[in-house]
Amino acid sequence: MASKPRTLYEKIWDDHVVETRDDGTAMIYIDRHLVHEVTSPQAFEALRIAGRPVRRPELTLAVPDHNLPTTARRDAGGNKVPIADPQSAAQLAALEKNAPDFGIEYIGDADEKQGIVHVVGPEQGFSLPGTTIVCGDSHTASHGGLGALAFGIGTSEVEHVLATQTLLLQRSKAMEIRVEGSLPDGVTAKDLILHIIGVIGAAGGSGYVIEYRGAVFEKMSVEQRLTVCNMSIEAGARAGLVAPDETVFRYLKGRPMAPHDDDWDKAVAYWKTLHTDAGAQFDKSVVINAADVEPTVTWGTSPEDVVAIGGVVPSPASFADESKQAAAQKSLDYMGLSAGTPLTDVAIENVFIGSCTNSRIEDLRAAAEVLKGRTKASNVRWAIVVPGSGLVKRQAEEEGLHTIFTDAGFEWREPGCSACLGMNPDKVPAGERCASTSNRNFVGRQGPGARTHLLSPAMAAAAAVKGHLTDVRDL
Amino acid sequence: MDALSRIEGRAIPFGAKNVDTDIIIPAVWLKTITRDGLGQGAFETIRAVEGNVFDDPDYAGSPILIAGDNFGCGSSREHAAWAILDLGIRAVIAPSYSDIFSGNAVKNGILPVVLPQDAIDRLMEVARDGHEITVDLDTQTVTTPFQDRFAFDIDPFRKHCLLNGLDEVALTLERQAQIGTFESQRAAAQDWLTKGTHI
Ligand code: SF4
Repeated sequence: MASKPRTLYEKIWDDHVVETRDDGTAMIYIDRHLVHEVTSPQAFEALRIAGRPVRRPELTLAVPDHNLPTTARRDAGGNKVPIADPQSAAQLAALEKNAPDFGIEYIGDADEKQGIVHVVGPEQGFSLPGTTIVCGDSHTASHGGLGALAFGIGTSEVEHVLATQTLLLQRSKAMEIRVEGSLPDGVTAKDLILHIIGVIGAAGGSGYVIEYRGAVFEKMSVEQRLTVCNMSIEAGARAGLVAPDETVFRYLKGRPMAPHDDDWDKAVAYWKTLHTDAGAQFDKSVVINAADVEPTVTWGTSPEDVVAIGGVVPSPASFADESKQAAAQKSLDYMGLSAGTPLTDVAIENVFIGSCTNSRIEDLRAAAEVLKGRTKASNVRWAIVVPGSGLVKRQAEEEGLHTIFTDAGFEWREPGCSACLGMNPDKVPAGERCASTSNRNFVGRQGPGARTHLLSPAMAAAAAVKGHLTDVRDL
Repeated sequence: MDALSRIEGRAIPFGAKNVDTDIIIPAVWLKTITRDGLGQGAFETIRAVEGNVFDDPDYAGSPILIAGDNFGCGSSREHAAWAILDLGIRAVIAPSYSDIFSGNAVKNGILPVVLPQDAIDRLMEVARDGHEITVDLDTQTVTTPFQDRFAFDIDPFRKHCLLNGLDEVALTLERQAQIGTFESQRAAAQDWLTKGTHI
């Protein structure tokens, strides 16, 4: 008898069930655990207090990223540059000590392999198709771009995974987001995911794991898929997935931690089974026409507050229910915008190109392409490019991208989370506006009072040149 | 973790929707390496405004928080649950939560009660009028002094853990043998999975 057709999510889930309790809660085995300095200290502390070891330290990888300043980390004499903020220093020191204490591999701040966890995992081949990957960080969803079931967890769960290599979970519902056709010229993966979040809403994916299906995703590079899956959490979803295919296999082959030789063939044979079967049922399907997507930016303080660059700031009255209207008004007040303003009239003082959403080599190439032979507008006070890892940085330098950026008036930084969140020295000043390739435009996210407009790397570069939001296709 | 069964007292009539984790505890407060003291930073941006509910002496020390849809959306930071707990809140009542937040709440001994919006509206009224609310986990009900009685659902395992103050790690470690069996089956079928995980 043929087995029941299953979705990709069900297949990965089924392969990781250790046992299921009567109430339906499953104990799920975790294949890969990424650890950074912000959400782990309390977990390690709890293990220490209870005298518990890490069950499988070799399945865990620790990398500092959130707190690290993106300025030089070693002085001319090769000595560590002290970190000014004592609390940041304490968190970083805690990880540097906890990792070896518990037998976990640690990629240090001055190691070329260091970067944002979600950039490092795929880059090293630590993240693999069909695996369960967790990290105490909601953007773990990124790794779904490789066909992994990857999701963020809280610190108690970090402790649970460290101690048991499992998590207790309820199965999510499966949602299909199907995008057929091809994206118009000048429209990127970032525009598409912003558009999708606008369509389904910031809570639209709540309770679901999303599988992105259709020709558009099949044509995407791995890096673009990582961008899309990264922002699944901004639609409220637990995780996002794209089925692994030849593009993924090509990307992974030869990466340091990916399987080698005979193991590679065995792995690929398994990965090829990882796709949604014909006839498998999704709990929800959303269809989006690729031709409808335009370069997209956010105007408000939720990632669902999106508008095509040719549009205007919406009027709160245009929202259906009262609470949305009130929220829109609050967003506009915070953002210092008024309804009806064309987006292209919105001047910006800061540009941030980076974050786990858009700091990989293709992102930097896209931004550099726009900036080549151009300079930032005089009203753009601060513009920085922060590569996602030391390896991305080196690659970009080999391609000469860094000189394009610095010639254009950008600062070229060391890898880390940087201005994606206000935890390290890279902050957007209160009341100022930032064109940002990151993933969250929440109140205070880039620093207290900072006003964030999310957009793609090419659009961020274009905004830097013009000094206001602009359609990169008009440049 | 402290066991929890019945929570009685004033409730903070907050009611806001889509309250994200950056509002519950701004990123600057994530720099701690312990779990205590985060109440100081809880809802900091809201509390910067004069006359906010959190600093209203009428609601000081309230063990219950009433909120709107999609409470705790945004990041996975467990600091949001620690901050709320540090304020002395043991139950949140809202129409829905982000998945990660409600999981984190339970793990820290906070009960996330789900009730429909009309029940929330009524409880907001009761709380604003200065009356106490009772959340009873055992009977899965929220009651007021005015005969209001709202039943809520909760996952039985979560209920069991909250009622008994159980630590999930200890519970799972009792299943070590099952985890070990699973690991050896996988090692046999997919040995490539655990090789080469070191650079
Ligand atoms: S870059 Fe931003 S979203 Fe990504 S892990 Fe760092 S802080 Fe989180």
